[in-house]
Amino acid sequence: MSDTTAAAPAPGPDPVPGAVKKDGSERWTQALRDITGGSAMISVLAVVLALVVGAVLIAFTNDRVQETAGYFFSRPTDLVGAVWEAVAGAYSALFQGSIYNFRAPNFFNAIRPLTETLTFATPLIAAGLGVGLAFRVGMFNIGGRGQMLIAAGAAGWVAFAVELPAGIHLIVAIVAGLLGGAIWGGIVGLLKARTGAHEVIVTIMLNFVALYLIQFLLRTPGALQAPGSNNPKTPPMAATAVFPELFGPRYNLHAGFLTVIAATIFVWWLLSRSNLGFQFRAVGQNPSAARVAGINVKNVYLYAMAISGALVGLAGINQVLGTVTTGFGAGIDAGIGFDAITVALLGRSKPWGIFAAGILFGAFKAGGFAMQAAEGVPIDIVVVVQALIVLFIAAPPLVRAIFHLPTPGTTKGPEIRDVKTRKTNEVVAK
Amino acid sequence: MKLELRGITKRFGALVANNNISLTVESGEIHALLGENGAGKSTLMNVLYGLYVAEEGEILLDDKVQKFAGPGDAMKAGIGMVHQHFMLVPVFTVAENVVLGHEQTTFGGRLDLSAARAKVREVSDRFGFDIDPDALIEDLPVGVQQRVEIIKALSQDAQVLVFDEPTAVLTPQETDELMIIMRQLAESGTSIVFITHKLREVRAVADRITVIRLGTVVGEASPTATNAELASLMVGRAVELTVHKNSPELRGTALSVQNLSVVDSRNQIVVNNVSFDVQAGEVLAIAGVQGNGQTELTEALLGLQHHVTGSIELDGKPLRGYSVRHILDSGVGFVPEDRTEDGLVADFSIAENLMLDRSSGAPFVKAGNLQLGFRAKFAAEKIAEFDIRSQGSEMEAGRLSGGNQQKVVLARELSRNLRLFVAAQPTRGLDVGSIEFVHTRIIETRDSGIPVIVVSTELDEVVALADRIAVMYRGEIVGIVPGNTPRATLGLMMAGEPAPAAEAAR
Repeated sequence: MSDTTAAAPAPGPDPVPGAVKKDGSERWTQALRDITGGSAMISVLAVVLALVVGAVLIAFTNDRVQETAGYFFSRPTDLVGAVWEAVAGAYSALFQGSIYNFRAPNFFNAIRPLTETLTFATPLIAAGLGVGLAFRVGMFNIGGRGQMLIAAGAAGWVAFAVELPAGIHLIVAIVAGLLGGAIWGGIVGLLKARTGAHEVIVTIMLNFVALYLIQFLLRTPGALQAPGSNNPKTPPMAATAVFPELFGPRYNLHAGFLTVIAATIFVWWLLSRSNLGFQFRAVGQNPSAARVAGINVKNVYLYAMAISGALVGLAGINQVLGTVTTGFGAGIDAGIGFDAITVALLGRSKPWGIFAAGILFGAFKAGGFAMQAAEGVPIDIVVVVQALIVLFIAAPPLVRAIFHLPTPGTTKGPEIRDVKTRKTNEVVAK
Repeated sequence: MKLELRGITKRFGALVANNNISLTVESGEIHALLGENGAGKSTLMNVLYGLYVAEEGEILLDDKVQKFAGPGDAMKAGIGMVHQHFMLVPVFTVAENVVLGHEQTTFGGRLDLSAARAKVREVSDRFGFDIDPDALIEDLPVGVQQRVEIIKALSQDAQVLVFDEPTAVLTPQETDELMIIMRQLAESGTSIVFITHKLREVRAVADRITVIRLGTVVGEASPTATNAELASLMVGRAVELTVHKNSPELRGTALSVQNLSVVDSRNQIVVNNVSFDVQAGEVLAIAGVQGNGQTELTEALLGLQHHVTGSIELDGKPLRGYSVRHILDSGVGFVPEDRTEDGLVADFSIAENLMLDRSSGAPFVKAGNLQLGFRAKFAAEKIAEFDIRSQGSEMEAGRLSGGNQQKVVLARELSRNLRLFVAAQPTRGLDVGSIEFVHTRIIETRDSGIPVIVVSTELDEVVALADRIAVMYRGEIVGIVPGNTPRATLGLMMAGEPAPAAEAAR
């Protein structure tokens, strides 16, 4: 093996003077591009695989399955039956908890799980769009938490502390939140553009800054803290600034869902129809070619992170003006900023892909509770399935090997520039 | 050692990269494998080196059939390879690199570096290389690095040496020295396979020539064949090797560069006090070995370098210190040296690449919206005009061949209203047919009254295109000489010797 590796023309540092350009950051960008830019097929198969592994886990943790496994050799059908019951029961509970409840007395109740799914999906889609947009520009926005908190703080403050007529109040609150997110994201873009700071480090650090800033404000009377209270929690939002319910009080689904549909259309337009998006994508795919073509790469980083932050901020806005309108604490982000990374990955950083992925994850959240309540399957299984999805997406060769899919590149002609990668693949495969 | 390939066939999916190729290299023979990029030369050598397994055919060494599962087997059997991009660790010494992968150790697993040094000395003495085993690779000139690669192969007792495009990175002098080394090796009994697409070198050194086109052997030739014969075999049609051009019609100074200096990010002066003029309607070629400041000079013209002093004036208007956007809008067309890195976005379609440097205004953008209809029409026109061989304007640029990629870059740059055209290494890595096309386009651009700067490390190209030649060495212009200056003079100037007084021309 040492022979092979020594002689393999691995794309290492190029010894030709003047041509030494492949530094670490470039390899990192390439890896990011590979993971975020794969095919939709891989996404679907990753979900399928994750559900299969999830089924295995459900079976293993089921008491009845363990019991029947004890006398497997005398009555093997018992085990098979128990496995089937456990898995089918859990997944059908997941379905009934997230899409359509067959046991409900009427249609309006039966469809309630679907509206729950959409409610859970709303912030996930918004934040996923933000993270996905940053991916398309070649940046990894892990600062969802901070951007959500700042946006939630800004929107929430406008919503409970300012008095405005209905309608206008909501719009002002949304704009305040978007600005908050945009500023928090924009700081990252500015630092990256001006000083070359890596966005991963900066976003992580700004998460802490935002968290402790919001915690401080939540404990400061006159800032975010509810008057007359000692709890680090805001007062309830004014009714004029809350998203109206979409289908009446029977459902939790609120008009925030319409804002994420609008955001999805906006991101689609931005990326595939606008010239700013064209520049975004050019910088994301090949920053040096973009620079040579006269695109101001630094400005692109700044704009992209600001828009990304605003989109993630929309998730925070939806949390405080739609889902939790009774006042919020520092945990309002509910981990959505991180789940959004998974959503963006699963959605291949494409707007409608993220929309679909967001709904899927919303369904996992909504159905997970039902699954735990109905079948006693721990809700952690859902988290494991989500984690497995990411794992499979990050390892496309594994998914391809399991489903015997062709490796991209082998069907192409042996152009000079491909030969290197294919060679390395083959060597690795050995 | 005698090497024989019999009926090698290698397929990638539907594409046959090598179709029933047979080749015999006698002991002590230099056998040139000539073909355009993508003809299948490298695939064939990767089969020989065990990196690919051929679907059909066999490899014989001294009439014994060999089975290679990987490069390790090939090396053990006595096959060595000198790669186009050297496989050396820059921060290791010569000796360390030579033993890499075959390290001898002493007690306790310590590296036996003295044995390695002795080995390097022994091999380099045999061929008069004069290489210090303790020198760091990154401190050595490219030509010497290549010798380290050769030593590395020889130290594994290679009887068959494959040189994959070995002269791409060498100066003319270094190329000549390599030729001598190859001769010496052949005389000592080593069989040599020499892969190239440069006709001159083939004729200078090869004993026999096999020409490959589209994965099949299209003919054998002897070194006495003319360039035109070899080229037409390679391309499959008659090729114009010389660029037809009339004497330039000079229309006054357009670009004036005075006392230009560039300091790079490592605080090195890479362009030192350079001054030159270019007239409208002439080609100024900037010759020199790779890495003598040409890259930085063109980048400075484009506004891509940050620490630039001196003045750059185009049509009397200053360019220095402005943004790339402003300079492009002033009518500067630029073909970057590294096409895949700086010229194209590989994942973008041809159409998208054609609008890459006009993404901020009409006609491609109106009110922030891309004009997709206009773009498609424009792309279709340019694909026809520049003969870009593709599956349509939505095909990804990264899947095009090198020649067609370069045509996309040229189409983009030449379709603007130009006041100056700068082409850096415009034909690097291109096949003969594409080179012909690019050269014709450059001369057409010149004849339309645009000042043209061509940066090239290939003397052939410089001589073919230039009306005047500026030779750069260590960041300075050694001299500016007429386009018909003899090669020998240019070669000496590329090594830093000043131009003979009679040849200098301003």
